[in-house]
Amino acid sequence: MNLWNRLMCYSRRRSPWLFHMNGGSCNGCDIELIASLTPRYDAEQLGVRLEGSPRHADILCITGPVTHNAVNAIKTVYGQVCGPKAVVAIGSCPATTNVFIDSRTLDGPLNRHIPVDVFVPGCPPRPDAIILGVAKAAEILAERAAKKIPIDPVVMPLVGPPCNGACACSTPNAPKSTEEQP
Amino acid sequence: MSYKIPMGPYHPALEEPYKLDLICEGETVSDAKLHIGFNFRGIEHLAESRNYIQVIALMERVCGICSNIHTLTLCQAMEQLTGQTPPPRAQYIRVVVAELERLHSHVLWAGIAAKLMGFKTMFMTCFELREKVMDILQAISGNRVNYSMNRIGGVNRDIDDPLAVLAMVEQLEREMVRTVIPIFTTSTTARLRCAGIGVLSNRKAVSCGVVGPTARASGLPQDLRRAAPYAAYSEMEFDVPVQQDGDVRARLLVRALEIMESCKILRQALTKMPPGEISTGDAKIAFSAGTATSRVEAPRGEVMYSVSWKESSRNPSRVHVRTPTFVNMPAIRWMVIGARLADTPLIQASIDPCYSCTDR
Repeated sequence: MNLWNRLMCYSRRRSPWLFHMNGGSCNGCDIELIASLTPRYDAEQLGVRLEGSPRHADILCITGPVTHNAVNAIKTVYGQVCGPKAVVAIGSCPATTNVFIDSRTLDGPLNRHIPVDVFVPGCPPRPDAIILGVAKAAEILAERAAKKIPIDPVVMPLVGPPCNGACACSTPNAPKSTEEQP
Repeated sequence: MSYKIPMGPYHPALEEPYKLDLICEGETVSDAKLHIGFNFRGIEHLAESRNYIQVIALMERVCGICSNIHTLTLCQAMEQLTGQTPPPRAQYIRVVVAELERLHSHVLWAGIAAKLMGFKTMFMTCFELREKVMDILQAISGNRVNYSMNRIGGVNRDIDDPLAVLAMVEQLEREMVRTVIPIFTTSTTARLRCAGIGVLSNRKAVSCGVVGPTARASGLPQDLRRAAPYAAYSEMEFDVPVQQDGDVRARLLVRALEIMESCKILRQALTKMPPGEISTGDAKIAFSAGTATSRVEAPRGEVMYSVSWKESSRNPSRVHVRTPTFVNMPAIRWMVIGARLADTPLIQASIDPCYSCTDR
């Protein structure tokens, strides 16, 4: 890998731009995604920016259980994102269709239609979890740019509200919440 | 010559997928068509295959912004069918959660409206303030979005220390008075951007049958909390803010004043909260056959549920939902006619549309 490629990988990891797409979601995840970009959580310190056009974006964030009406749009938008790209499925809906399972107007889950790199579980996931998922997607993006090999989808751990040491967090991988309680 | 500009369904100015076809002559909009249905998940049909516990969790996911209102309305309708009355403390807790939800919804709307005005600083300020409301909701329910507070015959979680919550609410109110309210009521930027655009006259508002803040901004003093009190609203004292202008600025002012009224209701509910049980605690629930309806004033207007049950069934035979956006959205057409093209994103956002509620 020459210097130029190394520089490109570094910049991709440090400045991923997001495109947010609502595939029939209930707004819960969409609002939490916006909340993660605002001063309390401030995902912009990762270099993340919410973009209005998929052609400017590196990471596609999809919420919702993928309705019939959204399938074609999701495929089109996925095609419009320039490679290398990563897809983050936000919430339990795109992963499993959640409580809407068995609905006849759904065509989910999302990985039937496009390859998904990071699943962020939760209904809806907390902004901390979304930031963690986007950071993971940025790493995948840099790896993908360097090696061009397929990468397995990652399921992020569930992030609960900050426990402030009140409970014994048993999962060793459980990320420490970065939120500060007022 | 007129030409058509499609806006959406996936557009950066829209929070949710829906399509607005604007028929323009030059820069002036002469007509508009609205296409919805991108969020259609078939929830009403799914509800018929869920039992009375599962249907509450399902209906909570109709909308991620007003999730509590949907379960509240559904539980009130199911309580009519089961003949249960929630204890007074549960009624007060319902009022507290509903008003906190109204606060966060209005502040969220203010943030999005500020973003569409091009007032990005205000957007960030509003969302920072909204996090404080979310802190209170998280302290009460443990969750940020789907609170799962309501059950048949009461609520699931108690407010252990109402006075601690009251202290948080008072701090929030001070911040609102200090930052958000003055900027929206007196700032020149907001006034110049919003005054006189998207006018919905009083007569048009009556003929469209609009509800909620959209109706109150067009001079219709309707509020179900006052007209048909539910939960503990009959014991609260509050004003219903009404503006006569019917433009975007009037809707902004109505919501800003409602934030203050919500703080007032919260203060009363938290100080007067009676002791006692939080639910009837019946493990066995028997539904009588029939149909029950329930109406509630959501942040966007009136929500109505009509729940039907068959004899000795565990599942509802029909759950019908009428959401406020369903009646408010035809009014967008009358608001944008004659408006400038650049104003349409702000005008369509001024009714606080929620298409995931409407499509279901």
